[in-house]
Amino acid sequence: MTDSVVRIEGLHKSFGRNDVLVGIDLAVERHEVVCLIGASGSGKSTLLRCINLLEPIDAGRIFIEAEEITAQGVDVDRIRRRIGIVFQAFNLFPHMSVLDNVTLAPRKVLKRSRADADRAATELLERFGLADKRLDYPDRLSGGQQQRVAIVRALAMEPDLLLLDEVTSALDPELVAEVLNVVRELAAGGMTMIIATHEMGFARDIAHRVCFLDGGRIIEEGRPAEIFRAPREPRTRQFLQRIIDAGRL
Amino acid sequence: MGLSGGSRDAGALGPVEPREPLVVRRRGPREELARSITIAIVSSVVVFGGLGWIVVNSPGWSAVQDGFLDGPLFARTLPDVVGAFRVNVQLFLIAEVLILAFGLVLAMLRSLPGPALFPFRFMATIYVDVFRAIPGLVIIFALGFGAPGLGIPGLPIDRFFWAIVTLTLVYSAYVSEVFRAGIESIHPSQEAAARSLGLSRFQALRYVIVPQATRRVIPPLLNDFIGLQKDTVLVSFIGVVEIFRTAQIRQAATFNYTPYVAVALVFLVLTLPLSRFTDWLVARERDRRYAGAVRAGPRGRFGLGSR
Repeated sequence: MTDSVVRIEGLHKSFGRNDVLVGIDLAVERHEVVCLIGASGSGKSTLLRCINLLEPIDAGRIFIEAEEITAQGVDVDRIRRRIGIVFQAFNLFPHMSVLDNVTLAPRKVLKRSRADADRAATELLERFGLADKRLDYPDRLSGGQQQRVAIVRALAMEPDLLLLDEVTSALDPELVAEVLNVVRELAAGGMTMIIATHEMGFARDIAHRVCFLDGGRIIEEGRPAEIFRAPREPRTRQFLQRIIDAGRL
Repeated sequence: MGLSGGSRDAGALGPVEPREPLVVRRRGPREELARSITIAIVSSVVVFGGLGWIVVNSPGWSAVQDGFLDGPLFARTLPDVVGAFRVNVQLFLIAEVLILAFGLVLAMLRSLPGPALFPFRFMATIYVDVFRAIPGLVIIFALGFGAPGLGIPGLPIDRFFWAIVTLTLVYSAYVSEVFRAGIESIHPSQEAAARSLGLSRFQALRYVIVPQATRRVIPPLLNDFIGLQKDTVLVSFIGVVEIFRTAQIRQAATFNYTPYVAVALVFLVLTLPLSRFTDWLVARERDRRYAGAVRAGPRGRFGLGSR
């Protein structure tokens, strides 16, 4: 077996009669960055939420390293500690300062002391240029700052895998770059990531592998150069053509 | 005329007379405030003066005045009434602490999902249904007379004890619903964020959902707290000598209702600051959350401001 951090086999997920994922197979190696692209509703977000066990799956199996996390009786809280997720809408805790947002899980889940958790969080915040915001409440921050805090909050748990769910889609255009730069830095640091994104230029730059989703399936996957320059599948071509026509690539 | 009403000659389809150019005269903020205050004062004098005049000129006014507003009797009974109020204060302070704790537990029980917790959700639901349905006075009689009457050894027979138990049981049902509404008003994405960090369901509720929910429901909680304060007089029916019972004794002795007016005043003095405090809390929370944003709604403590 190779050194895959996450391996998904035959994943099916439907909401009522709406089949969102119909047989997803995907394995992600350690230090690999995989970008999921595809139209809205193609299942990118649902796939990420399934990996993090935020959505129960209907069929298939998901492994984190060697452990099947979709097996009966698995402690979901223990699994989620190892998988960070950053949401499109940030989902920061509005009643807590930036520092408390970041340290809550290390203190309550990993049982770190407040002093230890504060020290680690402050280091992370410094690294991402947020040290002066540590005592502010989320609603005093710009969208870009909030999203960077959300990333730091996920990183504070030292996850083996980071899932990014369209993390720039709710941002004003001029704030997108600051968040993408953080993600670039993480990729350079070797973080294993699965990134659902509409930012094609970013996906092309950062991804080791790009997966194109359509109708709940991975239609095509490959290195960014292959997918963006010479897509094999007509549907991929169609999708990319629309993006190019919109001036987004 | 469709939606663009407001023109006075809407019905007449004749030629529209040329109107004077619209000039907006800007009033300064001071001028604006002075004008608002003047209007408010004049309006108040007319309304309250009118109501007062109707009452004072009613045919039975002098009899009512004698029966309810006996100055010397008021002065004599007020110290006793205020003294007895200590019992009510003890009742509602002790009960309120128990109510907040029990109400929150009930709300959390009803908010925890999963089939394993069904019996708890079920019990909590039945509890709330029952204790909200039955009039508080009936429960006071049942527990105040019934429970001690069972004669179970070790079960307290103290009326004050059963008064606290009753108030706690009745008000916890209301308060748990307030908490639950607060919990359900927090967007599910907050729980998703908490759970995704590895917090358990209970930890998510305790550290993320409930603190936000509690902040939101402080005004309705204070509302219920004021209700509780007043309902402490109900326990006079099982023989706890508190403010209402004391006034009743005085009334029975003098055939004059003035002691009840003293009771009313005591409660007013107590609840008015609490009402203003609630308003202040709401305003502070609004300012904190929407700092810098344009504020809607009436300005100032009494909503005195521009239209």
